[in-house]
Amino acid sequence: MAFMGDTLSPAPLWHNGPTPGAFYNFPANSSNLGPASRPLQDFRAHSASPITTTTSVIAVKFDKGCVIAADTLGSYGSLARFRDCPRVMKVNDLIMLGSGGDYADFQYLRDIIEQKIIDEQCLGDGLNLKPRSLHCWLTRVLYNKRSKMDPLWNNYVVAGIQDGEPFLGAVDKLGTAYEDAAIATGLGAYMATPLIRDATEKGPLNEESAKALVRKCMEVLFYRDARSFPRYQLGVVTAAGVTIDDTVELKHDWSLAHMIKMK
Amino acid sequence: MSSIGTGYDLSASQFSPDGRVFQVDYAAKAVENSGTVIGLRGKDGIVFAIEKLVTSKLYEPGANKRIFHIDEHVGMAVSGLISDARQIVETARSEASNYRSQYGIPVPLKYLNERVSMYMHAYTLYSAVRPYGCAVVMGSWSEHDGPQMFMLEPSGVSFSYFGCAVGKAKQAAKTEIEKLKLDDIPVKDLVKEAARIIYLVHDELKDKQFELELSWVSKDTKGRHQLVPKEIASEAENQAKQALVDIEDSDEGDN
Repeated sequence: MAFMGDTLSPAPLWHNGPTPGAFYNFPANSSNLGPASRPLQDFRAHSASPITTTTSVIAVKFDKGCVIAADTLGSYGSLARFRDCPRVMKVNDLIMLGSGGDYADFQYLRDIIEQKIIDEQCLGDGLNLKPRSLHCWLTRVLYNKRSKMDPLWNNYVVAGIQDGEPFLGAVDKLGTAYEDAAIATGLGAYMATPLIRDATEKGPLNEESAKALVRKCMEVLFYRDARSFPRYQLGVVTAAGVTIDDTVELKHDWSLAHMIKMK
Repeated sequence: MSSIGTGYDLSASQFSPDGRVFQVDYAAKAVENSGTVIGLRGKDGIVFAIEKLVTSKLYEPGANKRIFHIDEHVGMAVSGLISDARQIVETARSEASNYRSQYGIPVPLKYLNERVSMYMHAYTLYSAVRPYGCAVVMGSWSEHDGPQMFMLEPSGVSFSYFGCAVGKAKQAAKTEIEKLKLDDIPVKDLVKEAARIIYLVHDELKDKQFELELSWVSKDTKGRHQLVPKEIASEAENQAKQALVDIEDSDEGDN
């Protein structure tokens, strides 16, 4: 007989009033809001900060497409912990995605994007996601997450071919988005962008020069960025499709190192 | 039918005295009225072929497709009530995506089949629902398991097959399939056989118009399920038509 309620432990006679033998806090009293009356937070939320991280992504447009490069190191703080964390992915024949920042967050979103592509193929209408749409979708997802105070700690770079033209766009963990002819995230934003801008000012790039430029940037970043790694992926997208090369190792030479003295 | 008027056919949750569930039998009847669907499991893959009956000239060509993608690697060919079948397709898709998100690998067909057939079976158990009026054939190819194909029926039973047929002309189609040495035939030849069988079993007097749908999933497609490319499909279709003409000619020669 549910309507009679629980006869063994009846509900209190009235709610929201003073309890006998206890202090009563008046609802509108500002003293309630003082630190003493706030529940003690005896835990620390770790969900809103990155754990295993990856560093810069470098991306450049050239006349017929885009190049993306990113190394394969997963850092645990300053510890070089995981050495094979690929983070340049093929989304479909005309889109490539690169990610820097928290690796787990990237894996999470990667799985969602992969399922999105499968769902799209299941429709069987022959239509494919375009890079600008993916870029826009990412801004919505990332902005939404940050608005819940639980951002996906990543920088994403979307490269692809939109209606025959190269497209290159970036989205950061706050949902801030922009398009540019050259994008470098993380430390690369400070060290690679100037190099790329210098090169692009001299004239339009073709595929080979763009690749060479990106390789140069990866080398400079490897020397300067303490969270970088000599092995990296390089992906190219053109109207002919996406190719992501197997991980390559850049040549490095530290023979100059003894001449550098820090004071 | 003997069940008419006996009252045992009103619900899927009640047996008749001779041990049948009539609602399930009726669902099977719904499948028998639909165009023929065949699935062939060859040496290196699966081929689906469908006789899609076009009931009105006002439909656009290619409307009401009966071959679906479930996941990258799984295809489904359906027979019976198309709206019921589409719901099964949705269920299979969500199961496939669910498996992928949990285990990080494409769902093995064996497990997908288990989940979808249990789902169909559940609709044969309650008085408040009716069984699905469709039968579906699922197929996939993987390096590990090779070609695999299952057919699920409205009753919820499913078996793995070398070759299967459902729909209007399933008997005739089965007879034709049995003549093939399925184990030895690669999919690119199997497509032609499939097209030929569909054209052969099609009853021109009863159903005038039909469209042939062909799809495959094989080693050559790298385990991806896809519709058979236009040129190959139309070549298979032309050969099928030619084979029919040849049979008619030889019949006339006999007379």
